[in-house]
Amino acid sequence: MADITELIHDYLRHNKKFPHVFCAGCGHGIVLGALIRSIHALGLSKDEVCIVAGIGCSGRIAAYVDFNTVHTTHGRALTFATGIKMANPKLKVITIMGDGDAMSIGGNHLIHAARRNIGVTALVLNNNIYGMTGGQCSATTPQGATTQTTPFGQMEKAFDIVTLAAAAGANGVYRGSTFHVNMLDRLVATAIERPGFNLVEIITPCHTQYGRKNKYKSAVDMFKWIKKNCVPKEKFDALPEADRGEKMPIGTFVEKDHKGLEQLYGELQARLNRPGRPVAEPEQPSAQHAEESRNIMNKEPK
Amino acid sequence: MTKKAKGQTEITIYPDWCKGCGICVEFCPAKVLALGRDGKARVARLDECINCGFCERHCPDFAIVVRGKGRKRRAPACAENGETPVDKE
Repeated sequence: MADITELIHDYLRHNKKFPHVFCAGCGHGIVLGALIRSIHALGLSKDEVCIVAGIGCSGRIAAYVDFNTVHTTHGRALTFATGIKMANPKLKVITIMGDGDAMSIGGNHLIHAARRNIGVTALVLNNNIYGMTGGQCSATTPQGATTQTTPFGQMEKAFDIVTLAAAAGANGVYRGSTFHVNMLDRLVATAIERPGFNLVEIITPCHTQYGRKNKYKSAVDMFKWIKKNCVPKEKFDALPEADRGEKMPIGTFVEKDHKGLEQLYGELQARLNRPGRPVAEPEQPSAQHAEESRNIMNKEPK
Repeated sequence: MTKKAKGQTEITIYPDWCKGCGICVEFCPAKVLALGRDGKARVARLDECINCGFCERHCPDFAIVVRGKGRKRRAPACAENGETPVDKE
């Protein structure tokens, strides 16, 4: 079990201020570790990986890792990632988004990225709240939870990210938790390796903003809650409906082998560029156009 | 289940990086770690460590290193710019 931390230190940018900005016991650090371990396990070099992050606590992850990184505008991580992947399909593009980033302001980008099946890996760090801006309720705050903006309990229902992504047509949909780290490593590595759009929802605790208002006083309490409520999918499916309560299934939900958009585009390019195919002559400028441009050229500067 | 060998490890905790969240202390299966007076994790019972690696994986601040006894820090093992790492003697 040795060398894990030393390995992670090899991948960090040590000119950024460490320890990182996350609160004590925040799950984002664990996700960062899991991401580095899975990239190392896949044997990718630092230049082959591009991390795109949005705004939020999770956006800071991009600043700390020594890959190609982009820190983008709020909710638009997937759009930037789509452009990067189409321009350079050899890169492994990984987006890191929070729940506000992925489900609220960038909700449409998420469903369309899933529909297009662009070869991007999306990590959605779901901490049930807008942590960075002061603890407002988010689209994934569970019904009944107390937050800064819902002091009498959230009345709206929460998004189920996994079902949403699966319905939108993502190639791979996974859910992991920051307590079950070995499983998380495996899921992230699979999601990076597989073709098409792969989404991993990661349950992380935010005890500073979410926990303190919901009877989880410390980070440890939040981790106990995750340990109790995140059950493997097979076990969850076997549970009777009445016992499920607030339990969440973790594991692999969807695994399809459709080709990604950038693969289809590459094939189209190859088809159009095949030898022997008649190529249209480049258009000659018309006589009128040629005269106009000559006039412009001959105009004397005033 | 066979019992895991105890006391085969050295544990280093970087006090500057540790934020004292207490995850490692709470979940350590052998109760090796404890929170010190400064609120940061420290090694209390090194001989009980079973080298499960829980604390290393779950430390959000990358502040704990568990190493086999007598092992030195190895050369960086990450692939840089497409080159495979070379073992430095």
